[in-house]
Amino acid sequence: MRLRGVLPTAIAIASGLLVLAGYFLTHSESGGLSLLAEIQMTMLNWAVILAGFAILIGIINLSMVHFKKIQDKKKGSVYSLLLIFSLITTFVFGLLEPARVKIVFTMIQLPVEASLMALLAITLTYASIRLLHRRFDLISVIFLITSVLVMLGTIPLPLLGNIPGISNWLRPILSRVVATSGARGILLGVALGTLTTGLRILFGTDRPYEGNK
Amino acid sequence: MTNILELAGIGVVLLSAVLLVVLSIIYRKKSPTFRDIPAFTRLRLAVGRVVEDGSRLHLSLGHGSLTSPQSASALAGLALLRRLANLTSAGDQPPIASSGDALMTILAQDTLHSAAKSSVQTSFDLNAGRLTGLTPFSYASGAIPIIHDEKVSANVLMGNFGVEAGLLTDAAERESTFMLAGSDNLSAQAVIYASAQEPLIGEEVFATGAYVEANSIQAASLTVQDILRWLIIASILIGSLLTLIMGVK
Repeated sequence: MRLRGVLPTAIAIASGLLVLAGYFLTHSESGGLSLLAEIQMTMLNWAVILAGFAILIGIINLSMVHFKKIQDKKKGSVYSLLLIFSLITTFVFGLLEPARVKIVFTMIQLPVEASLMALLAITLTYASIRLLHRRFDLISVIFLITSVLVMLGTIPLPLLGNIPGISNWLRPILSRVVATSGARGILLGVALGTLTTGLRILFGTDRPYEGNK
Repeated sequence: MTNILELAGIGVVLLSAVLLVVLSIIYRKKSPTFRDIPAFTRLRLAVGRVVEDGSRLHLSLGHGSLTSPQSASALAGLALLRRLANLTSAGDQPPIASSGDALMTILAQDTLHSAAKSSVQTSFDLNAGRLTGLTPFSYASGAIPIIHDEKVSANVLMGNFGVEAGLLTDAAERESTFMLAGSDNLSAQAVIYASAQEPLIGEEVFATGAYVEANSIQAASLTVQDILRWLIIASILIGSLLTLIMGVK
């Protein structure tokens, strides 16, 4: 019983350490790939194969959720029916015309996602207007003023064209100096967080492979 | 043929590992106090409401793949899912976890199953962990109906999102439900700041564990992040001064 808990943890820690070591010790004495780097590549390839099978399981899960929705006649079950129909149609089309299945993505999926992106532009404008209502503080005011200035500096206005001072001076400073330095700071913080999360998993204190026991 | 960068990398990882071990031993005796992040206080209140009114909690793990570097934020989200599942175990309904990555979905199901076994809930619904779509926008479109139709009163976005996070925060606002959101992606952070009720910025995503579950290793990992941050700041300043004074490039 105890072995059941220890074994997956030991395998996970050993695999994690091997893959990590492979990143740092990439070259052998002869100049080629080191043994650790080869082991790392093999293990990552296994992970990619497992991820492929996981997608299959994920699609079954997606279908089950929507079948249940149709069965229980829940709100929006028409959309679930449409999803199952599209899933089956794409699958059959892919089997019959594997060379032309790309059409489904370029003619249907991409335009739909592009329209969602357009919807997002409206959503974000609305959210920005409501920001001060939700959180009235100095940072929110700076956020909004900066957004407006960058937008004014980026998009030429009708009749006026580029706004002198904003388009050629303020916007470049804001986006290239202020935003870039801030972004680098945030990214460093994210990288450090990623490092410590990885270490906790390597130490076996966080165990996502055992339901995070 | 190990070069200086590889050695530096090993050095940083080993230093972090040693600090993590030493600090977690120290923090077993005396835990440190961290600055107050109001979002986590409000999350605890929202979880309390979920239990009281019999509604559900929805945690979205984003679409970061487990085999990519973006998995760390989703793994932080998974750890949070376990804590939240335990906290809501006294309620009528288990939490729902949505994801845009199939491996993360399986891990989320496993986490929820594990939490259900140690709770009062008699049965476990496998569909509580869901894959909602494999591309960023299809994932968001699949997760929106969960917010609208599944009696959800608290939402948490924790993982790798892009700008599509804005659609999810908008759905939560329309339902007047609680929304705490954090991502490791810069564009998503800007969107989340503008649209989420409780945004988490930068490494706050990775601080969730220490705030929700106060154990020594979580607290130690926050201190390690702080120490490393100061080391990086010192290196940048020294490097800039050297460049300025000696013209070193």
